[in-house]
Amino acid sequence: MAKTLLQSVNLYCERDQRVLFENLDISVSAGEVLQVEGPNGSGKTTLLRILTGLSDAYEGDLLWQGQPLQKVRESYYQEMQYLGHSAGIKQALTAEENLQWYAVIQAGHLNAGSSSQQRAGNIADILAKVGLRGYEDVPCHTLSAGQQRRVNLARLYLSSATLWILDEPFTAIDKNGIATIETLIEEHVKSGGTVIITTHQDLKSVPNLRKITLGEVLPA
Amino acid sequence: MSFSKLFMATLKRDMTIAFRHPSDLVNPLIFFLVVVSLFPLAISPDARYLAEIAPGVLWVASLLATLLSLDMLFQSDYQDGTLEQLLLSPQPLYTSVLAKVVSHWLLSGLPLALISPLLALMLFLPSSAMPTLMITLLLGTPIMSFIGAIGAALTIGLRKTGLLLSLIVLPLYIPILIFAASAVQNAAIGLPVLGHLALLGALLVLSVVLAPLAIAAALRISLGS
Repeated sequence: MAKTLLQSVNLYCERDQRVLFENLDISVSAGEVLQVEGPNGSGKTTLLRILTGLSDAYEGDLLWQGQPLQKVRESYYQEMQYLGHSAGIKQALTAEENLQWYAVIQAGHLNAGSSSQQRAGNIADILAKVGLRGYEDVPCHTLSAGQQRRVNLARLYLSSATLWILDEPFTAIDKNGIATIETLIEEHVKSGGTVIITTHQDLKSVPNLRKITLGEVLPA
Repeated sequence: MSFSKLFMATLKRDMTIAFRHPSDLVNPLIFFLVVVSLFPLAISPDARYLAEIAPGVLWVASLLATLLSLDMLFQSDYQDGTLEQLLLSPQPLYTSVLAKVVSHWLLSGLPLALISPLLALMLFLPSSAMPTLMITLLLGTPIMSFIGAIGAALTIGLRKTGLLLSLIVLPLYIPILIFAASAVQNAAIGLPVLGHLALLGALLVLSVVLAPLAIAAALRISLGS
């Protein structure tokens, strides 16, 4: 059996006196995809923010490789890549500048070359991969919503983190783009990576898919 | 990843963004100019009188200008989600926060210090006090950026931050104001100023070392709830 990476024990969260989830036990291991489903407002984003360690509005325990997440925060962030709900890019900067910055602050799990020249080459390649060739030098506020989303998704190519936590990555992305991301997820999982994802799409080609559904009575 | 590489990356990013929105850059400066030029109009254009109040006026005005520029520190990063990415970075948050505050100072405090002799001239501050005025501003405005950033980090995500931020931060600015303004006053009448400057320097060192820790903690709290 594969090693358990991230585990939640008895997770409980309420917002505005409404219980979003209780007794939630999740565990994901290497090579798995966990799809979090549920209607709007059922707490998918809240759950993901809790799992990243950003939000502490919960009760229960979170374990990263068997250790309490609060205590191993730094090593957790070496291995975790989170793509949030918001665009995550600076509008005033170009796609390339945005990624250059991310390449540095994500450097704990940096895939790109070490010298800045190598990195620049890599970033150009990555932007081409997400279909933004020719848009490297324009400020992001002139890009469409889908293109901005693609700049954000390009960070997955920069990352060598094991665990990806993706919040609605397909928003505003066209069909081809969705296929590309699905392939990316598939490759990531095949090479031993793990993905936790919220989406309303059906993930057809993704192996080792498990689903949990929020917003209804959870199986004990 | 070295400290300087991470520091420079964030500094460069913030500076680039600021220079693409020049209005954000110029506004605190214009505010400073306008506030200072109100005093001769409202009180008296008399040179002796103005020279006496000049140190206080210049310092209060620069304090308010800094205060106004604080909300640009984290607000836009919070809104577009890059702030949470910064918190999730495997790199030390201390360094990124330090870079953000330093860039804030380079864009707000430093221009104020550089333009201050011009306004001091307008208020008939004796030229013997000019170097002291500039030194106090060069030492004092970064302290204000650091302390203000703690307040900005705490109030992030709240809808109307302006008034609350002032209430948190202004009382903490009082020691700086006292030492800086009295140093300029002393310089104007020929008394020694080294003691005041040394105290400001000590405060600056203290805030460079400790404030980023408080800012980082405040950011985690603000984004966590």
